[in-house]
Formats: sequence, C-alpha cells, structure tokens
Amino acid sequence: MNASQSHIVTLENVTKHFGAVRALGGVDLKVHAGECLGLVGHNGAGKSTLMNVLAGTLSPDHGILGIHGADLSGRYNVKAAGENGIRCVFQELSLCPNLTVAENARIFHPTLTGFGWKRRAGNMIREKLDEIFPGHGVHPDNVIGDLSIGKRQMVEIARAFTSTGAPLHLVILDEPTSSLDAVTSGQLLDFVRKVVNQGLSCILISHVLGEVLSYCDRIVVMKDGLVVETRPGADFTRDTLVAAMGNVVEQEEIEEHERREIQRGTTPIVVEARSDAQRDGAALVAHRGEIIGLAGLAGHGQTRMLLKVYDAAMRKRKSLKVDGPVALVAGDRQTDGIFHLWSISQNVGVRSLQSMIRHGLIDPDAEAALGRAWQARIKIRTPDMNDNILSLSGGNQQKALFARALASDAEIILMDDPMRGVDVGTKLEVYDLIREEAEKGRTFLWYTTETDELYNCDHTYVFRDGVIVADLPRDQLSEEKILHSSFKESA
Amino acid sequence: MLAQLSSPKFLRAALPAASFTVLLAAIFYVQPRAMSYFGMNLMLQYTVPIALATIAQMFIITVNDLDLSIGAFVGLTACIGATLLADTPLLGTLALAACVAAYAGLGALIHWRNLPSIVVTLGMSFVWLGIAVLILPTPGGTAPGWVKALMGLKVPYVPFPIIAAIVIGLVVHVALMRSSYGAVLRGVGGNPKAVGRAGWSLLKAKMTMYAAAGFFGVLSGLSLIGLTSAADAHIADRYTLYAIAGVILGGGEFTGGRVSPVGAVIGALTLALTGSFLTFLRISPDWQIGAQGGILIIVLALRALINRREA
Amino acid sequence: MTFVTQLSQKAWIWSFVGMFMVWLATAVYTGGKGSADVISAALSFATFTVIVGIGQMFVITTGPGNVDLSIPSTISLSGAVAMKIMDGSNGMLVVGFAISMACGLAVGLFNYTLIRVLRIPPIIATLSSSFLILSTAIAYGRGLKIKPPPLLAEFTTAQILGVPVLAIVIIMFAAVMSIVLHRTFYGRAVLAIGQNARAAWLAGINVERIRFMTYVLSALLAALCGFFLSGFSGGASLNMGQEYLLASIAVVVIGGTSVAGGKSNVPGIWGAAMFMFLLVTMLNTFGASAGIRLIMTGLIIVAVITIAGGEEA
Repeated sequence: MNASQSHIVTLENVTKHFGAVRALGGVDLKVHAGECLGLVGHNGAGKSTLMNVLAGTLSPDHGILGIHGADLSGRYNVKAAGENGIRCVFQELSLCPNLTVAENARIFHPTLTGFGWKRRAGNMIREKLDEIFPGHGVHPDNVIGDLSIGKRQMVEIARAFTSTGAPLHLVILDEPTSSLDAVTSGQLLDFVRKVVNQGLSCILISHVLGEVLSYCDRIVVMKDGLVVETRPGADFTRDTLVAAMGNVVEQEEIEEHERREIQRGTTPIVVEARSDAQRDGAALVAHRGEIIGLAGLAGHGQTRMLLKVYDAAMRKRKSLKVDGPVALVAGDRQTDGIFHLWSISQNVGVRSLQSMIRHGLIDPDAEAALGRAWQARIKIRTPDMNDNILSLSGGNQQKALFARALASDAEIILMDDPMRGVDVGTKLEVYDLIREEAEKGRTFLWYTTETDELYNCDHTYVFRDGVIVADLPRDQLSEEKILHSSFKESA
Repeated sequence: MLAQLSSPKFLRAALPAASFTVLLAAIFYVQPRAMSYFGMNLMLQYTVPIALATIAQMFIITVNDLDLSIGAFVGLTACIGATLLADTPLLGTLALAACVAAYAGLGALIHWRNLPSIVVTLGMSFVWLGIAVLILPTPGGTAPGWVKALMGLKVPYVPFPIIAAIVIGLVVHVALMRSSYGAVLRGVGGNPKAVGRAGWSLLKAKMTMYAAAGFFGVLSGLSLIGLTSAADAHIADRYTLYAIAGVILGGGEFTGGRVSPVGAVIGALTLALTGSFLTFLRISPDWQIGAQGGILIIVLALRALINRREA
Repeated sequence: MTFVTQLSQKAWIWSFVGMFMVWLATAVYTGGKGSADVISAALSFATFTVIVGIGQMFVITTGPGNVDLSIPSTISLSGAVAMKIMDGSNGMLVVGFAISMACGLAVGLFNYTLIRVLRIPPIIATLSSSFLILSTAIAYGRGLKIKPPPLLAEFTTAQILGVPVLAIVIIMFAAVMSIVLHRTFYGRAVLAIGQNARAAWLAGINVERIRFMTYVLSALLAALCGFFLSGFSGGASLNMGQEYLLASIAVVVIGGTSVAGGKSNVPGIWGAAMFMFLLVTMLNTFGASAGIRLIMTGLIIVAVITIAGGEEA
C-alpha cells in the first residue's frame, strides 16, 4: 500500500438515529482505492447501518459523506452511489424471485435497454459468474425462485461486480459467505483479492474472523455505533480482534463452569428422532434432563430436525418419539418469534395462556405476574414489562423468547441457534439458566453454530447434508472433531 | 423429455391451455354444431371485453394488489363510450383519458400511503358506479359506429374474437414479459425493496401499472358496448369477479409478480366458453355463476395437486 | 395521561367522532327535526352491518390476504332457506333458525376446506365459493315471495323507548365478542396469527384450528344476519346480501382494525356502521341524487383509509 492513494469514500463524524436508538454515533471511515477493508463487530454494532449509508439506502442525520473527494452530504442516494461506482451486496437477498437471472441483472443496470437486452444481460452475468465461481451451474434463463439459496447468493454477488457504463470502484459485501459452501467461499475470496490487486476496493463484513484476517488489508472494528479500532490486517490476531470487539472474557468464563456429570441413560428417553435421509439408522436420542447439542455447518438439517420434533409433538404424530410438551426458542426472532404489536409481558405469556385462564377468561393479573417473575429471573432490562417488545434491545428480546419457553409447561425445550447476535453477558446468564432447568429435569435440544456453546451440552450430534454424521459424548467433544465431521473427506 | 413433460413446472404452465381445450372438446361433443365459424363466433363473442378486463386486473395483481373496482370501472367507461364519446368525440376522449389518469392517481395514492388496495378499490367501485349513474341514469346510449364496426369485424376462416385474443395476448406479452422496463415492473411484484434499492422509482412503477390497468379497462368498456350497442351503469358488475378468475385460470399467482398475459387471455376464453357450455348442457341460468365458481375450484384443485407433487 | 389523550389513542374512537359529526351536520340542516328518529333508524340498520362486520373483523385480523368475500351470498342463502323452511309459521321458527345456522356452518366448512386443501388465498377461496353459494340460493329460492313468521318480523322490528330491541341484543353480543377477542385463548390466538402466523405456530398455537374457527364464525354470523334481515325486511330477496360486501369490510377498516392483521377492536365496528348509515342519511337530507350518494360513500371510505394509513412498512 502506498500513501498517495486517493480515497474513494470519506466519512466524517457520521451519525444516524432510529427514534431514540443511536445506530451510528459519529463514525469516521476512509476507504482507499485498491484495498480490501474488513469490517467486524457484534450484531448491533452499526455495521449494517453504515453499509446502508454507503449504499445510499439510508441518509445519515449528520456528518460529511465524501465520494472521490467531492462532498455529497445531503445529496447522496442510491442513484448517486451507482453513478459513483459503489455497489452493495446486502445480507438479505435483493433478487426478485419471480424473474430470471438475466432479468435480475437488468434491474441492476438502468442502461440495459433496447433490442436484445435480455441476451446482453444474460451474457454479462454469465461471464461474471464464470469468472468468480467456475462451474457454478447457473443459466441466465433460470428463474431465481427455482435456484438454491447458495446459487442465489452467487448470482447476487456476481451481479454486484458487473458494470455497464460507470466504472466500478467499491463493492461492499455484507456476510457474503453466509450461504456459500467452503469451495465457493474460497472462490469468492480469491476473486476479491484478485480484483483488489487490480485497483478495485472492497469492504468485507464477515463474522468468520478467519476470512477477515487472511483476506483484508485493513480491519475496522465497530462497537456501539462507533469505530473503535482501525489497523492493518496483519497487526491483528484472532485473539486481539476478538478483544477489540469486546468479548475477551468469553472463552475463559465458559470453561470455568463446572461440568455437569450425568450418567447417560439413567433417565428415560424423551426424544428419539431420525431424519428421512438417514440411511444407517442413527437417531437423535435425548434422555430426560439432558442438554443435547446439534452441531455442524449452518443449514445442514439441524433446524429441520428441531421442527420435525416440534411438529410431531404439536400434531401428536406417532412417527417419532417425543414424550412431553415442547416449546421452541426461535433464533430468527423477527420471523419466528416476536409478536411486534404486543407488550413484553404478552410476548412472554403467549405460550402459557392456557394456565392463566380463570373462570374461562385470561386473567390479566396472572399474565402480568408471569411477566414480572420472568423479568426478575432472566433479567429482562426494561422499565416496564407493558412496553412494546420492540423497545427492547435484540439480546433482551431474545431473553423474552427464552422466558416464553421456560415459563411454559414444556418439558422439552428446542433451541434453534438462539444466541445469534446476543451479547456475551446475556449468553452467560442464559447458559446458567439452561443448566439449572436441566437439573430440574427439563430436556434441551440445542442447535448452535457456535462451537463454544456445545461445551454446555451433555451430548452432541453433528449434522451434515441433513443426516447425523457424528455422535459425541461430552468428554469426547472437541472443535477439531466437529470440524472434521462437518466437512466431507473430499470436497 | 418425458420427465420434462411431466414435471410440475411444465404441467403448471400447461394447465390453462389444457383446461380450455378440455372445455372446448366437451362443448363440441355435446353440441357438434358449435364446431363452426358461426358457432365459435357466437360462443366467444364476449371474450374480448373479458380478456381486456382480465389483463387490466393482471397488471394490478403483478404489483401485489387487487382491484375490486374493475367491473364498475368498465361499466363507467362503457357509459362514457355510449354517451359522450358517441355524441362529442373530443369530450369523450378527454373523459376516458381522465379515467386512465384517475387510475394512475389511485396507484400513486396506494403506494404513497401504503394502503390496502382491496379497501381502496372497493371504495372506488362506488365512485365509478356513482359517476356512471350520473352520466347514464337509465340503460341506453349508443355505441359509436366505429366501435361497433370493429367489434363486428368478419375475418375469413378464424373467428374475430380468437384473433383479437391472440393480438391482445401477444401485445401485452411483449410489453410486460419481453421489454426491459417490463422486467422492472414485474420485479416490483417479486421484491419491491430490491427494485427500489437498484434505484428505480416504485411510485412510477405502480402508477404505470395502474394506468395500464385503467387503459385496458377503457378498452374493455368500449369493446363491450361494441357488442351490446347500448350501455348501463351495471353492465359489467360481474367483470370484477371474471377478471380475478381469468388471471387465476391463466396461471397467475396472487403475490410475487408471477403472472402470464397469454395465460390470462386463455383464462378469459375459458370463462367465456363456460357460459356457452352450460347453455348447451341445458343447465338453467341459475347455475351459470355457480358453475363458473366450480370450474375455478377445479382448476385450482388441479394446480394444488401439481404443486403438492413438487413438494 | 389525561382521559382525552388516552381516548384519542384508541383506534375505535374516530369512527364515533365521524358518526357524531355527520349526525350533527344532518341535525343542523334539518333544524333538529327528527334527529332522534334518525339515530333509531341508524341503530336498526347498523345492527345488520355489525353482525357481519364482527365476523369479517376476526377474519381480517388473522392477517394479510384474509378476507371473507362469501358473506353476501351466505346472507342471501341463509335468508332464502330460512324463509322457505319456516313458510311464515311461528311454529317453525326454531327449526328455521337451526337450518339457517346449518347453512352458515356448511359455508364456513366449505370455505375453510378450499383454503386448506387447495392451499389457495382465502380471498379466492371465498370468492369461488360465493359463486356456488349464490347459485344455490338463486336455484333454491326461485320466485321467493314468502313472508317471515310474524314473531320474527315483530322481534326484528320491535323497539323499546325508540331503541330497537335487536340493536340492544347485538350491542350485548358485540360486548361478548370484544371479551372473546381480548380475554380468551381463541381471541389471543387470532391476534397472534395476524401478527406472525409462523411465530404463532412455534409458540404453541394450533394455527389451522384457529383459522378454521374464524372462517366458520364469519359464515355463521353472515347466516345469522341473513336470518334476521329477512325478518326485518319482510322476506328474503336474492340480492339482499349484495351491499354487505363493501359494508362488512368498510366498517372493519373504518372501525380501526388494521388491515395488516393482529390489531382490531369491536366497538369501532358499531361506530363505523352507524357512521355509514348516517352518512347516507345526511346526503339524502341534503337532497343528493343516487349518483352523488354513491360517489360520496366511496370517497369517504377512501379518505378514511388514506388518513388512517395502511400497514406499517
């Protein structure tokens, strides 16, 4: 890197509020030409807001936004971003599922009109896909809705790197590898390095710290809406990066906890489930009072297994054994958990309505009492449990969902990677609670993408391609073993 | 090849045409005399206004809305056509243009305030009806000569309604499915946020679609009086239901911008045939609408069956 | 918070404000003559809208895309069948009522079966079934000119001190339904499903059972409306349900129920139904023609929904 490089983007003291919530509290950021900038931080640190500001989809409240040295504050929008060669691949897919790959490319390029536009758009996107993801298997005439999520992600990324007219200067990739497998992730990151060396700039947001550490020239760490660290990538190690994000205690705290010794098989089996694809007869087995981990790479059938158990219990199906009422703690709060019009109390109480009925009607006092009891027990930080659920931070919303499940009559609790985007303090509190409840005889099926959390489990099943590929008791658990079973022998 | 032909995707696409063919075959079986130029012409004569109204509804459905006022609107344009347009062509043309503009305005209002289209259009159906009643308090009026001449066109070999249906289907297909802006418009139905992020004006897209719906509503009204000669405020009340049914019979989905103009026209043809079929079967007119509901349910059941195979 | 600001935050209050203003405008125009009679008439007619409005409200509350378009044809069918069975005889009143309710139950079951088995949007399911129901009503009630049993006619038109008896009954019924909405498992489940059906299922609510109950409830109330309406108007007619398509949806929306689902209230339906009737009365008083009345009714519905705003983005 040489010092005379021009700045593509210059942000000075940029702030953004959503109502009373401060998303960005005065951010300074510079992006040089021809660099790959890593952006890390916890959920809620302000990364996504910052990206939306750069993409022109959000306008900041205050601050200076300069592009190529020109001050565009107040005049910057999606169109201006496009004209200045700035692109963003958002975390949630921005493709139209009803259109073909080529048509989606056209939507991105206002100038792709006139006779033969479909062919031109198709060629353009195919060439880019070939360049980034050789052997991608996507045809320009494929309808997006018919493609797998991984292929959609590939199309989305390839589309961001296509250009008609205005030259491309900066591509922002927000968790680009979340839906990609190891091979395509590698292809993408290698491609990013290649174009960066050719003079393009990239901002890479990723929770996979290894990607950021090995591919980025410079790493920016965000916390609570501020940039707290900016250093060359080589100056960071995994540990210092984690420390900069502010969760240095995590590892030690967890290991400090005494391990529960429980003799497997001394209590009756309460869940015995097998996925349809399982050919070798292996089954997920949970005894009463156990904490069972479901591990493996994201999206390899763990959630499907939990839902299968849930459905069987709800519909009283005999196809698999589920002994006792179940409750589920959603990981994707917005789509699977929260009732956004309701108060915190109502959100906590919804799973226990039957028990609050007095004389045929729901007793509001019982509902409020339940809310208060769990506010104290799980430490939901709010002045009033009657406030709307959305007034809580993400971590506290997650606590409310835990409270909903734990307050219920359920003997089996299913957890669908519930700690996503939850701060460390909350996590530790909830871990304690889970252990406490398991002692009392509740059974937990816990799907998690964070290997550290599996050390809380008595027994772990590793999933790959929808089936169980490893069955690890607590004393045999190791990150290496999980990784080993999560990836195929030959990719 | 065989696997491809029995794939859910292909079956779903073939369903509209298949239902039409089955119905036509049934009619010819019951009433062989229908298999003639004159017979076809008679059976299908109302295809054109129904197809145009169906296309209008399809534009609205493409952007995830639903128009419960299209029947009343077609009635209004029919009334304008049979009075103002026939008497003072300039004023009539202006009035019809105002109708299209009003539709574009509705689209803008619905987008601006993020309103449920069902409620807005339901309210507007009263407005259209009210204006129509003011213009033409009692059934009457006369269609302009050129409209009648156009609708009564005799084409050799192929009945006019079929030619008109093909032309309508192809024109809209090119405009919506093949043009570059058409892709953007359909994209608004599929993922409005993404289209907005790509820098397109969602307001403009919605107004375009509503204006297109208004324009085809006007064409539907005019073609209707071309057949009936006179108009009435209530002349097209049933078209609201016909138009929705036509889109569905044609394979359109309610959300997500998945529509098919060619399918919609085939859907309209199927609906037009249903009436004739029931007449040939000597089913009392009481059961005509019921049978149309029945056919709609059967087609939807078939589609559900195909979709289930896919799952 | 003061009482007034607290009240102004209730979604249902606006329909009553509108109702009062329209009534006042009419009263001022007529110099107060017959203002009490107008209220009495409004109560009579609003009653029927409220009956179907409550059913429609529960349906709309279950979330976007849920709306019952078969209400008008169910009203016609129920009225026609009940009139024919009872044939003007007081002795058959109970039987007629039971059969009317059976019609509603059958329609509700049929609607739900279409939604569930064919997996089609409720709006299309109820639309298709309305075709069939209407045809059944037409075929069954051909040339129907039967007077209702005298007892039914008396009951539906009776007044105590100028207040229609039926309106009192339905006000009490509305109060019960308001409690059902907010204080029973069923009501809470409806509100939960309307916000997020998937989350509701994952929170232990049997979504399909609740949806089934909701469509049956709506059809039952439509049948009830048809039964009383044919008593009130001296017999059933085949298009007597027609105006209730718009009315049932309009009163729900004007009453402050969110079309996006998950948020609704019962009192607003009463306010809105009264408002709709008084509006037409006002226009009549002002001497507006039929066309103007239609236009104004439509415009006001559009204006109300525009001001109330749509679903939160």
